This record gives sequence, structure tokens and C-alpha cells, in this order.
Amino acid sequence: MTDILGVPLPLLFGQLLIGLINGSFYALLSLGLAVIFGLLNVINFAHGAFYMLGAVVAWLLLTYFGIGYFPALILAPLIVGALGVTLEKTLLSRLYTVDHLYGLLLTFGAALIVEGLFINLLGVSGKPYNTPQVFAGGFNLGFMFLPAYRAWVIVASLLVCFGTWLMIERTKLGSYLRAAVESPELVRAFGIRVPMMMTLTYGFAASLAGLAGVLAAPIYTVSPIMGQSIIITVFAIVVIGGMGSILGSILTGLGVGLIEGLTRLFYPEASSVVVFLLMIVILLTRPHGLFGRS
Amino acid sequence: MSLSDTSKSGAPYGLTMLYPAFVVLGLVFLLSAPFLGVYPIFLMKVLCFAVMASAFNLMLGYVGLLSFGHAAFFGMGAYVLGHTMKEWGLPPMGGLALATGVAALMGLVFGAIAIRQKGIYFAMITMALGQLVYFICVQAPFTNGEDGIQAIPRGTVLGVLDLRDTLTLYYFVLAIFIFGFLVIYRTVRSPLGQALKGVRENEQRMISLGYPVAQMKVLAFTISAALTGLAGATKAIVFQTATLTDVQWQTSGEAVLMTLIGGIGTLFGPIVGAGIIITIQSRFASMGSWIMVIIGVIFVVCVMAFRKGVVGTLLESGKSGPSASSDT
Repeated sequence: MTDILGVPLPLLFGQLLIGLINGSFYALLSLGLAVIFGLLNVINFAHGAFYMLGAVVAWLLLTYFGIGYFPALILAPLIVGALGVTLEKTLLSRLYTVDHLYGLLLTFGAALIVEGLFINLLGVSGKPYNTPQVFAGGFNLGFMFLPAYRAWVIVASLLVCFGTWLMIERTKLGSYLRAAVESPELVRAFGIRVPMMMTLTYGFAASLAGLAGVLAAPIYTVSPIMGQSIIITVFAIVVIGGMGSILGSILTGLGVGLIEGLTRLFYPEASSVVVFLLMIVILLTRPHGLFGRS
Repeated sequence: MSLSDTSKSGAPYGLTMLYPAFVVLGLVFLLSAPFLGVYPIFLMKVLCFAVMASAFNLMLGYVGLLSFGHAAFFGMGAYVLGHTMKEWGLPPMGGLALATGVAALMGLVFGAIAIRQKGIYFAMITMALGQLVYFICVQAPFTNGEDGIQAIPRGTVLGVLDLRDTLTLYYFVLAIFIFGFLVIYRTVRSPLGQALKGVRENEQRMISLGYPVAQMKVLAFTISAALTGLAGATKAIVFQTATLTDVQWQTSGEAVLMTLIGGIGTLFGPIVGAGIIITIQSRFASMGSWIMVIIGVIFVVCVMAFRKGVVGTLLESGKSGPSASSDT
């Protein structure tokens, strides 16, 4: 058996795989946060709650309505997105004229309400969500065994991430969005409905978080508190990457996932704090983040 | 743009005149409360959180920086006091001084890191740093992990005041509260406090005027962290425990909410807010996790419709004619 620094190769690749999967979730979440921040100037504290909702809605659909994984993959993000649209339209949009910190506090309160409600409904213990039949088994890559579902999660989230990036960078709609980030007044003067665009952007980012939740459901147990700790990690990732670039937030998310995986292998005690230590190093050397603009 | 319109527009002249009366009334109430049938432990909890919220408000209300990591100072203050009094056998004053010192040191380091970004980033960075401290507390041996430090002895202050007596403890905690309040009052009224308000209103201008803005922010953050550590340590004496709850992000959120509901940028707002939130928490304690929903609803209502908070609204409603400029 081949060793690298005294670590058996399959173990190394196993941890890298877990890192890559976590990284995919981080990428989906930090991408959404970056898009929301770019256009709305709001740090969306409710992003962890949206992620949790995606998983919980998928579980509820399966348990109470017998709706399986693939329909849930579409339905749950739509439901979470609709909730995001409602939140933006009814409450958040009224706060754009006051200090941006109020937007942060509103989404913090909204996250507490949603998480509190589901803790009452389901309890804090995790609910298992079975891996869909199609993804049973896996591939033997020679140096490691790759479970099919995990391969699917990585492929699907990478496709969605880079699809979103392409949409923002290459399409007409994306160009409106980028223009509105630079100068909302000017874009409005051209007759583009910026408030509508803000609502849809928030809804879209919320549904991305919901999608990450559905993808995560079969890997982690579904629990109302699953969004609480991931959101703080994603905040640190956003600080590390800087919010200037969409691609930057995707790459930072994946990178941090991998670094966490490696830390879990070589120094497990530090695996939960490595992302925060990384953030401190970045702040001291490049205060605006790896991809950020001053 | 400013978070605290009340302090910017100045307190109304009439109400400002009444302030000494309110302070005297409040003090009389606090001094006589144990004899009025108010549960002393409850009051002591309010006083501890009032110190924390006031210290938090020093950053948000007077510098314009929202810290979401104050639980780190609060919790670490509690742990340091618990460890030094239980394991090292230090007297309360020694434990409190050490806890405050450790929190101040942490505030200095946190501040130096977090002020490299401002506004909304500051909130995320402080929250991440707070989570870092939380994870360290989960693993470090001196915190006893999930069990926390239990049965912390209350000890005797300077060999005279036996804190095992609840009434003595109450007045000791009240003294700490008054000390904390005076430190904040002095800081706000000092040249540093005035300059910090200048930073809140127009940072570029203050930089061009030659003020060492970065150092001033770090200094304010250090004072805020030290007082929060003192609050946490005092709480550990009162409840004789130090647990992971003290260092969790929810505790940071409570400080934010107390300040918001009481009135951001007002001296008495965080104290009123602490009273309201602790009352709600103990009233609805039996409802378990519904309390999270209630807290969330209060957050949303305050942000949407009650941004000035209780004290801010009172100051506003008492306004008559052109207001004199005074910061309260």
C-alpha cells in the first residue's frame, strides 16, 4: 500500500472526497451570499436557514407525500426560493433606505424564527434520508472507492455553480445584473426593473441554498440545526475569498473544503477551526480577500 | 445612514433635564429591589447582561461597528473566573480581575484583526472569530467540554464580604454594574468617545484630520471586550457555572437584541433591553424552543417598526421644539 507522509493513499483520497463535497456546499452557499451582497448590499444571515429548509422540505415531501428525491430536487429549491421572494418583497425591500446592518439583523431574526419553528416541529435530532436507488453502489477508481451519490453531488453542484457563473458573465440577463451592481440608478434609468431584479436575485440565491440542502440530505442527517454552524463557516469563506468575484467565491468554497479535509487527516483537532485561522491569515495579509476589490 | 438617529439629533432638552431624576429613581429601585419582593438572582442576571449589552452598544452605538462575537468575551470571562476560583483558589476580586484582563487581551487581538474590514464585514469577521473561540472551548481541557465548570465557589471579597449570602452578592453585583456603567459613561463623554462618534459619522474626515482612527477603534473594542468579560465572570459567580452556552453565538445575538430593543446609541437603552429580554426569557422558559421563535419575532418587529428602541422612542416623543445638542 502506498503512503504519503505516513498516510495510506485511500484514506487521503477519502478525506479529499469529503472535503470536496463540503466544498461544493460551501461554494453553492457562498456564491448565493456573494450574489445577494453584490446587488442588495445585504449579508443574508438566513442563508443557513434556507440550506436547512431545502433538506427539511425534501424530507417532509418524502415522509408525508411520498415524493421522491428527483422531484424534491426541483420542488424544494422552488419552495425555498418562493419563501426567499416573500421575505424580500414583504420585509427586506423596505430596509434598503436605512443602514445596511438592519438588513443583516432582519435576516438573523428570520433565521431564528424558521429554525425555532422546525425545532419545535421535528426536534433537534437528525432524520435519515435514504440515498436514492439510482445512486446505490459506486465506482472503483483503482486507488479508492467512489460512492455514486457523492460523485453526483460533486458533479451537480459544480455544474450549478459554473452555470450560474456563466449566466452572470455571459448572458444578457447577467449583464443587466452586473450593471445593476455597479450603478443601480443608471440601470433603472434605462427602464430595467431593478427592484424586481433584486427580488428575483434573492429568491434565486435562496433556492441555490435550498438545492445545497437537498443534495446534502442523504449525506448528512436532516436536522433543523444543520444550517446554524455551516453559515458561520461560509461567512469566514466569504471573508477569505472577498465578495468581489463570483468565480472567486466558488473557488474559495471548494478550496476551503479541501483544506478542511486535509486538516482532518493530519491534525483532526484543528479541522473545525482551520477555516477561521485561514481567515485571520488572509485578513492580516490581504484584507480584501483573495479575489476581493478594495 | 447612522444607526442611532436619537443621539445624532440630540436628546430633547426637557427630558435631558429629567435624566438625573431617572437615574436616582433607577438607583433607588435597584437598591431596594430585594426588599420589594423581586427575585435577586433574576435581577443579578439582568445586571450582568445589562453590562454586556452596554459594552456591546459602545461599539455599535458610538463607533457604528456591529460585533457578532461578544459571546467569546462573555464566555471566556466566565471560564477564566470559574477556573481560577475553583482550581487555583483565587478570591473573587482576583478571579474577576484576571477574567477582565483575559477578555481585554482577546478584545485587543480580535479588534486588531477585525478592523481591517468595516461595516458588514466586521459583523461576519467577529462572528467567525467568536466561533473560533467556541470551538477552542469545546476542545480545551480547562473548560470541561460539554459539562462546563460546575459548582464554582462564590468566595469572600477582600476577606470581608461573604458572597454566599444572596443579599451581599446582590449588592456586590450591583456595584460591578455601576462600575461598568460609569466606565462606559466616561468613555462616551471622553475626548476618545467624541472622536469615535466622529468616526461613526464620517470616517474619512476623521482620518484626514489626523486622528489615529484604527487605534481608536481597537481601543474601544478592547474596553468593550473587557467589560463583557467582567459581565461573564460576574454571571459565573452568580450562577456558579461556566458552560458552552455562554460562549455560543446565540449569546452574541442576545446582546445585539437587547441593544436593539432598548435603543442603539443610548446610554440606558441596553439596560432596559436586558431587562425586557431576560424577563421574556424567564417568563417563557417553560416553552422550550418556542423562545427562539419569540426572540426571532422580536428581532423582526424591532428592525421593521421599532428601530429607535424603547429609550430612543421615549427620547423622541419627549422632543419639543428645536432640541439642544446633547449625547445621551
